[in-house]
Amino acid sequence: MLVAAMGSLPLLGSLPPVLIFFVGALVVAVTKGHLRRGVLLAIPVIGALNLLGLEVGATIEFEMLGYTLVPFKVDRLAMMFGYLFHLAAFLGNLFALHLEKKDGAGVQHTSAVLYAGSAIGAVYTGDLISLFVFWELLALTSVFLIWARKTERSFRAGFRYLVIHVLSGVLLLSGALMLAHETGSITFGPISLDGSMAGWVILIAFGIKAAFPLLHTWITDAYPEGTPTGTVFLSAFTTKVAVFALVRTFAGADVLIYVGVTMTCFPIFYAVIENDLRRVLSYSMINQIGFMVTGVGLGTALALNGAVAHAFADVIFKGLLFMTMGSVLHMTGRINGSDLGGLYKTMPITAALCVVGAMTISAFPLLSAFITKSMVMAAALEEGHIWVWPFLLFASAGVLEHAGIKIPFFAFFGHDSGIRAKEPPKNMLAAMMIGAVLCVVIGSFPGLLYSLLPFEAEYHPYDATHVLTQMQLLLFGALAVVWLMKRGIYPPEIRALNIDAEWTYRWLGPRLIRSIGGAVARVDSAVRIRVLAVVRGTLRSAHRGHGPQGILARTWPTGSMILWVAVLLAAYLLVFYF
Amino acid sequence: MNEHTEHPEHGEGRAPDERQHVWDNPRNVKLLFNVFYAVCIILLVLDPLLDLVIDRHRDHPWESLLAFYPLYGFVGIVVLVLIAKVMRRVLMRPEDYYDASGRDG
Repeated sequence: MLVAAMGSLPLLGSLPPVLIFFVGALVVAVTKGHLRRGVLLAIPVIGALNLLGLEVGATIEFEMLGYTLVPFKVDRLAMMFGYLFHLAAFLGNLFALHLEKKDGAGVQHTSAVLYAGSAIGAVYTGDLISLFVFWELLALTSVFLIWARKTERSFRAGFRYLVIHVLSGVLLLSGALMLAHETGSITFGPISLDGSMAGWVILIAFGIKAAFPLLHTWITDAYPEGTPTGTVFLSAFTTKVAVFALVRTFAGADVLIYVGVTMTCFPIFYAVIENDLRRVLSYSMINQIGFMVTGVGLGTALALNGAVAHAFADVIFKGLLFMTMGSVLHMTGRINGSDLGGLYKTMPITAALCVVGAMTISAFPLLSAFITKSMVMAAALEEGHIWVWPFLLFASAGVLEHAGIKIPFFAFFGHDSGIRAKEPPKNMLAAMMIGAVLCVVIGSFPGLLYSLLPFEAEYHPYDATHVLTQMQLLLFGALAVVWLMKRGIYPPEIRALNIDAEWTYRWLGPRLIRSIGGAVARVDSAVRIRVLAVVRGTLRSAHRGHGPQGILARTWPTGSMILWVAVLLAAYLLVFYF
Repeated sequence: MNEHTEHPEHGEGRAPDERQHVWDNPRNVKLLFNVFYAVCIILLVLDPLLDLVIDRHRDHPWESLLAFYPLYGFVGIVVLVLIAKVMRRVLMRPEDYYDASGRDG
């Protein structure tokens, strides 16, 4: 029952951007060598040119089973994420361009393009069912970037990743159906949480992908297991689609302020003691998303602009940091802080680019995070949340410690590991350089990014007070690290892991199931023994009666038969009388 | 199983005639730290000076405290690291903790 009713489509010059990526992925899958490399770079460029022709307000919609499906809808918020994801796809493809057959290049390239396309598709949807389709595609297409590592560990991590994301999708679909029942609408727009079961189910579906506390473990589990280039893609899309979805649906939901603040604070403790540097970045990522979620919860124009601007900046600077760590992993085969150090000697360019990324995420003036994160913090004070602000400020200082100092220090400086790896291939260096330049350009010319922001709000990041206080916070934080290191208090990198919420399903769960299984097995075997004993007893008595020597198997004289007939008749008589 | 074997060309042994790199020289390291300390001091001094020049906006009551941002940054990091060290005692496990449990998939 598909009644197509194309809405206004004044975009004959432009296609829904997702098509370019999905068709492009087909081409990538069947080409090889230089041709494929060309296609990989061309897809996001053609896509971006196509974006320029899209007009805000364009939609495609049709009726199905009484509901209006809107698989394509253009607004300013979608356009901003559209540009961002095209940029991320270009940087990611450039960074992965050197992949060869032995790296599973075909699978990695194809799934990366499909994955980027799914993210782009998701932000241009206008109803929850269409969103659900891309929501699941995000998981299905990206898991190959983990599996392509071809280790037992990555296979298991990828499988857990897939299960958790499919669960998120199932929740989203359930929530959408409940919402349709409650309100009669499946529009991908503001959803109320007041007394609405559907709203909460959808919030949890989004919360899984946005790495809400306790739902966050798929990031720290799977991202460190991805391929050196695959994790760069992973870091760009899934969580940012979730942030986008939260802005669309739950802007101003108070609960998100507290969820967001928790997200900014708890991961930084883990990041201090984590050894795998890509896992440090994964924790760091949750911390950054925390600022965005807080902004969504605050819900003012300034806060929402801050949330999406920070998402934009984060894709680039976190991508840059994951690229530098991917380069280290690619060139040395190692990623643990305890195994690395001194790499600046032979990888000076990568080291310098990592420092740019580290300073950006720490939000030093003139770098992108300085002009984006502060919007959320300013909005918190504007709204009178004087107890939220100190936590955000603490988390800002914490970023400096784990991402600003720890990542570059343990990889490129610090204790000399003796590893003398060369600089990574030129394509990797080029992608990192573009990322670093963007961090500086966005941070130094805030008007460029601010002009893309979807909401109307005035904010001026550069004034003497803001610059001075931020420098004080950061440099005295750094001074604390120096003091702790010189005093020998700073915790060394240790070859170990730290248990987190995933302990419940990776350790406790299997054991509970096994011990419950064991108890069931014990009860089961006890019951079986009893039943078997009864069966054996029955068999034995039957054998006694009917066996070769059994009383019922003997031949009996006719006289005794008459006797038994008489007994039966007597019994019958008795029954008849009474 | 892991990438160590895939990169035999990146040997670990230090070349015997390797030149000295910039941070191998203790004087350079010392210079860096001295510049860093100097910048910290300048930032502290700028704090009261800025008050003389412009009317600073203070949106949070704590911002009026003396040297609030430097103190908050320093103490915040020290507290962060100390708590993380305590957490490590509770949370740290061997690297093969989950692998050893076998069926974690």
